[in-house]
Amino acid sequence: MFEMKSQEYWRWPEYRHTVSDKDWRNAKIITAGVDVGSVGSKAVVVLDGELYAYSVMRTGGVSEATAVKVMNWALEETGLKLDNLQYVVGTGYGRVNVPFAKKTITEIACHARGAHYIYGPTVRTVLDIGGQDCKAIRCDEKGKVLSFLMNDKCAAGTGRGLEVFADLVGVPIQDLGKVSLSVEEEPPPVSNTCVIFAKAESLALLRQGWPKEKVAAAYHAAMADRIVDLLTRVGVEKDLVTTGGVAKNAGIIERVERLLGIKPLKPNIDPILAGALGAALFAKALYEKEVGLR
Amino acid sequence: MITAGIDVGAKFVKVVILKDEEVLERAKALVGFDVLKSASDLFESTLKKTGLSRNDIKRVVATGMGREAVHGKPSVNAEEVVSEVVADAKGAFRLVPTVKTVIDVGAEEGRGVKVGPNGTVKDFVINERCAAGAGTFVEAMARALEVKVEDMGPLALKSTQMIPMNAQCCVFAESEVVTLIHSKVSKEDVSRAIHDAIASRIGSMILRVGVEKDVVLIGGVALNPGFLPPLKRELNSDIIVPEYPEYVGALGAAIIASEPKG
Amino acid sequence: MLAHYGYKDGSGDYFVTIDTDKCNGCGDCVKACPYNVLEIIPNEYDIEGGDMAAVKEEQRKKIKYSCAPCKPISGERKLPCVIVCKPKAIGHSW
Repeated sequence: MFEMKSQEYWRWPEYRHTVSDKDWRNAKIITAGVDVGSVGSKAVVVLDGELYAYSVMRTGGVSEATAVKVMNWALEETGLKLDNLQYVVGTGYGRVNVPFAKKTITEIACHARGAHYIYGPTVRTVLDIGGQDCKAIRCDEKGKVLSFLMNDKCAAGTGRGLEVFADLVGVPIQDLGKVSLSVEEEPPPVSNTCVIFAKAESLALLRQGWPKEKVAAAYHAAMADRIVDLLTRVGVEKDLVTTGGVAKNAGIIERVERLLGIKPLKPNIDPILAGALGAALFAKALYEKEVGLR
Repeated sequence: MITAGIDVGAKFVKVVILKDEEVLERAKALVGFDVLKSASDLFESTLKKTGLSRNDIKRVVATGMGREAVHGKPSVNAEEVVSEVVADAKGAFRLVPTVKTVIDVGAEEGRGVKVGPNGTVKDFVINERCAAGAGTFVEAMARALEVKVEDMGPLALKSTQMIPMNAQCCVFAESEVVTLIHSKVSKEDVSRAIHDAIASRIGSMILRVGVEKDVVLIGGVALNPGFLPPLKRELNSDIIVPEYPEYVGALGAAIIASEPKG
Repeated sequence: MLAHYGYKDGSGDYFVTIDTDKCNGCGDCVKACPYNVLEIIPNEYDIEGGDMAAVKEEQRKKIKYSCAPCKPISGERKLPCVIVCKPKAIGHSW
């Protein structure tokens, strides 16, 4: 499929989880959301508006097939079947098609909604860093979108950029952020934003004897600079929260915090789920409207 | 008068030794990691071929991304440095005196230059710091397609259908190419899509300085036969590609070296 | 709501911003643009929003190139979409 190397540092592990203290048989409304990203796909099942089960997988070549796969993988552990889901909303990049979804809602709206669930009603700025894009969303106390910006043109500032670097320095991607923070002194950021040129620049640095941590730090610093630039364009208002896979990279989040002087809230739920979670919550609202409960 | 021009590009360093109006020798080599060493080695070996020594060269002018590496540094000891657009305009003007628009696409940068009287620069636009706007894009796609870079052009010319490319970034395009191949799109059609994409990007930038005939294409990517047809289409104009297009910058530098200062 | 369409890459920041609170969905900008960059779509972020102008999906990732012909290096710069917009809802960041 993608670059197959003997050591696949960029390949983060797939996973799923079911909340143990809930039973879907007691639930009134069972809905789901599927977020097909360009790199990772997520499925979330929600019982009466509460998170119940989820799965995270790598998006394959055909997004429709991946949507089915990731949904089934999440359901498998729970004993639920696709028919038990009363409403499914699909979301994700481009004209994504989730074949079993009743409606598709933009990823911007889903991320804002999901962020409100994960972090609470004080959320005003959402920074979403995904596999192939970076979004900045400003919203009000009701979760209504006030301003947004999405950059999916350039790999710099996205998960893919980090994957390239994980490969370059030979560190598994889930450890890369931590490794970048283990430097004693923060090096200057790589001067090239472009991942291709930054990679060449970093190769030269490695040759000069720079240790892995220092190269990782230099790239994380450049990426954080770029992310803050984008955030500043929509305007940052507290509380700032992060979603998407890269939200789990402490090396990025800490540097963004340093540059902005604002501490992003810490999540209790895996931030990669924000899009699918928002979709599942919209699904509940749409179902209630449909059956006249609202 | 014998002068020399050295163009230290992002990927290749080019040397031109000029005696009055005649090119005595031209040569190129990979820049590699040690820019000064590669440039010096190439300069010395080229001199050797002509039987000349550094003292026989009246002046050396350097251009290109890495020009400062040889500015006043042995063994090249370039006395002066000029920007790429200045060198491009001079070199293109010497080869095609009717030139009005120069397009220079190298490994890492694409440039458009409007040429004024006597090969001076009237206007210019640079597409820089993004790999998708230059030769690096073709190279990276060649890797993704698992073909040699020099085969990319000929492949594109055999294409039978036009496929749009969504990705505008080198990194994302690599994944898109893999997906296209998996969907059974032929390598010829994918290569053509790649050339169409880069021609579209370069073409748009050239429109910012305006297309005025005669249009001359130079730089390493000018050697790629797959690049010319879509570029002609984008600009709706004939395009002249001189012999040894990748040396035109170095030639321009050598010409500037021969001109009286001030 | 401010919708910023475009991107930042190694060569710079390129955003076309549409203020959907000011935009009345009249479509003058769509007609004025010589390169088919814009379109009118329903406002999907605000249910009471009505129609709004937006950068077409396929143009968002190459907006620097799509808008390049209207931004000559020298000479007068006339952006047809900005000139024709009465509520002043559209802007370019470069």
